[in-house]
Amino acid sequence: MAAGVATWLPFARAAAVGWLPLAKKTMPKPPVDKKSRNDEILFVNVSGLRFQTWKNTLDRYPDTLLGSSEKEFFYNEDTQEYFFDRDPEMFRHILNFYRTGKLHYPKQECIQAFDEELAFYGIVPDIIGDCCMEEYRDRKKENQERLAEDTEAENATDTPLPPDSTSRERLWRAFENPHTSTMALVFYYVTGFFIAVSVIANVVETVPCRPPKGSKKDLPCGEKYTLAFFCMDTACVLIFTFEYLMRLFAAPSRCKFMRSVMSVIDVVAIMPYYIGLVMPENEDVSGAFVTLRVFRVFRIFKFSRHSQGLRILGYTLKSCASELGFLLFSLTMAIIIFATVMFYAEKGTKGTNFTSIPASFWYTIVTMTTLGYGDMVPNTIAGKIFGSICSLSGVLVIALPVPVIVSNFSRIYHQNQRADKMRAQQKVRLARIRLAKKGTTNAFLQYKEEGGFQGRGSDNAVCLKNRSSFEHQHHHLLHCLEKTTNHEFTDELTFSEMCMTESVGYRTSRSTSISSQQGVSTSCCPRRAKRRAIRLANSTVSVSRGSVQELDTLQVHKTSSGPQSRSSLNARTEDLKLNCEDRDFTAAIISIPTPPANTPDESLPPSPAIPGILRNSRPTSFTHETVKISSL
Amino acid sequence: MGVVLGTFSMHTKQVTFRTDKVDDELEMTMVCHRPEGLEQLEAQTNFTKQELQVLYRGFKNECPSGVVNEETFKHIYAQFFPHGDASTYAHYLFNAFDTRNNGSIKFEDFVMGLSTLLRGTVREKLEWTFYLYDINRDGFINKEEMTEIVRAIYDMMGKYTYPALKGDVPKQHVDAFFEKMDKNKDGVVTLEEFVLACQEDENMMRSMQLFENVM
Repeated sequence: MAAGVATWLPFARAAAVGWLPLAKKTMPKPPVDKKSRNDEILFVNVSGLRFQTWKNTLDRYPDTLLGSSEKEFFYNEDTQEYFFDRDPEMFRHILNFYRTGKLHYPKQECIQAFDEELAFYGIVPDIIGDCCMEEYRDRKKENQERLAEDTEAENATDTPLPPDSTSRERLWRAFENPHTSTMALVFYYVTGFFIAVSVIANVVETVPCRPPKGSKKDLPCGEKYTLAFFCMDTACVLIFTFEYLMRLFAAPSRCKFMRSVMSVIDVVAIMPYYIGLVMPENEDVSGAFVTLRVFRVFRIFKFSRHSQGLRILGYTLKSCASELGFLLFSLTMAIIIFATVMFYAEKGTKGTNFTSIPASFWYTIVTMTTLGYGDMVPNTIAGKIFGSICSLSGVLVIALPVPVIVSNFSRIYHQNQRADKMRAQQKVRLARIRLAKKGTTNAFLQYKEEGGFQGRGSDNAVCLKNRSSFEHQHHHLLHCLEKTTNHEFTDELTFSEMCMTESVGYRTSRSTSISSQQGVSTSCCPRRAKRRAIRLANSTVSVSRGSVQELDTLQVHKTSSGPQSRSSLNARTEDLKLNCEDRDFTAAIISIPTPPANTPDESLPPSPAIPGILRNSRPTSFTHETVKISSL
Repeated sequence: MGVVLGTFSMHTKQVTFRTDKVDDELEMTMVCHRPEGLEQLEAQTNFTKQELQVLYRGFKNECPSGVVNEETFKHIYAQFFPHGDASTYAHYLFNAFDTRNNGSIKFEDFVMGLSTLLRGTVREKLEWTFYLYDINRDGFINKEEMTEIVRAIYDMMGKYTYPALKGDVPKQHVDAFFEKMDKNKDGVVTLEEFVLACQEDENMMRSMQLFENVM
């Protein structure tokens, strides 16, 4: 709940007078407020800068350092003030949080320093207001990424391998980071050199050389110096094959390696050679074989291992594939439209080039991209008119969207990232809000279980001393509502259980009425035990009256954690056990690792229950305990 | 061609346009209200100066503009009843505090209401309650009005109650209420009937004392 809501509680309680005429039962007694009502001003000295604030302001968030009794540790008797040896600039923001209920992130501060201050004062960063949340998250993510990068870079390159790494690991490392050892560097440059040689050889062998003596025709060099080129090709392929096999051997995950883009490129680069070896010198097949040689040009892609820029380009193209696809789609539409029009316009002409619509595609593309080869030209007037329209619109279609797409791409890319981030945050936030809401609802139910309404007996007083007066009053208010309507609050789980058992005819009212009307000191137990009994009954799926009786008798002695798995349960139960069995006392203690000093935190504060819940996120400890007992 | 392109513009993402909500909010915060002086309020209500100070500080903190409108009121009240839906009852409560019927509660209204509820005589409290129940302010509470109120109260309980809300519990509750309150059985409850019936109910009188020390 928001901070200021605490100030409205007296109003809400006063408004409860409106329920009185309708109440079916008498209202419960309100909690006695022992604290003095006079508001006092506290002095807080942070490294010399003195702050003053009302005590009430700090009490709004009882689960933080300043709101709880933890601040007493910092109280200086001599100067009658609370002294903190922390950053005074940051403290300003912390104090503003108490005053306004909103935590802001100052943009000029270091994110880590801010986080540390928040951790010191016991404030969870998630309650940063929406106005600053995005900035905070961005900075934090950036920081984390940078740190991760740094550590990764450190680990990857400079730190030496552990001495007991296998040769395989060392080999892989040498391949991935050539800077680590001299051998790796040498190998890196050698392969680079051979890639270049191979590519140049591919290019040069098609250049026409002087024909050998006696022949007039120009021959490509490849055919003139066949042997030389063949030897060069063989050498390159040998090196590449060797490299590929080495990488395959060293790869930690061979399947993953074989699926990676780089290895596919490697394979495609060397395959044609081997296929060429295997294939016979057959005229029919050699045509296909020649085509295969085209794939040798893929060797140039092997350079991407050596060049970071190429990799980034590839990634960029991949990431804006949808925008490019859209461009292509719109172009295709335009082409089809104009091609159809041109075809029908030129249909009548004799000897026209526009023989079919697909044939007109070529004309449309050439015209729209303003190339204008002139191999296909319209002859009719209509054709010329449409042809000019085509070329004019070509300018629009091609030239305009490209910058728009480029800027759109940039904008959408960032927007997309931001939207995804926000959506993810939103989901998380909604979940957390729901959790907090459940927390506040469950707080009241838990309060009831602990016998919060049992009056001021000495033993109960010990149980309940750790709640804030705000909570007491709020619970009293909810209790009044219960009495007005003569119905009680329960949680979803119990409710659905009850629906199930009622349909099977299990009498639950009996035990409840006993517990609620008599207000027996064991009331903290039977209600939960009743629920436990219900659960046991459900799980065994036996409705026999005998088992019911058994469970009834077991109720008072068997206690356990409630079915609600709330984190605030953790510290609660250690307060409760004055009325209950020793067994449960020890069991409860076992499952609570929190020190008693933490208990102020567990009381659900007027501030969002988020801090309390997130700080003690150990809901599972209790469900484990429940499971344990039910197995008996 | 541009039309064609336009219709396919970025089918992947919907670009939403922010409406001018921000302007409206800015306007609202310009309205500012200051309460009457401390002495005057102290004279008009049953609170001490100290109490008024504490109340005002809290009020001002929550509503810097000095007035509470219904939305804010509902929101605040809903925080106290997370189990169910408190908006209907908050609406009726708002109307009960908004004695001037101008859609907003100023600090004076707030403090007057509180003074009646916490420090007023029994008669004043009952009159206030009657005023709350009498939705159309005609001086009579009829069954429909009562049913509305009771339904609103049951809404605050939420869905998960024990025993489960089956059948028309609010209606039964209203019938029981009218049984008790409507002396002359004419179908409506007047202020006098209401006050008389409440004073006869000892439980209620005892409960009334409980809310004295809320502040």
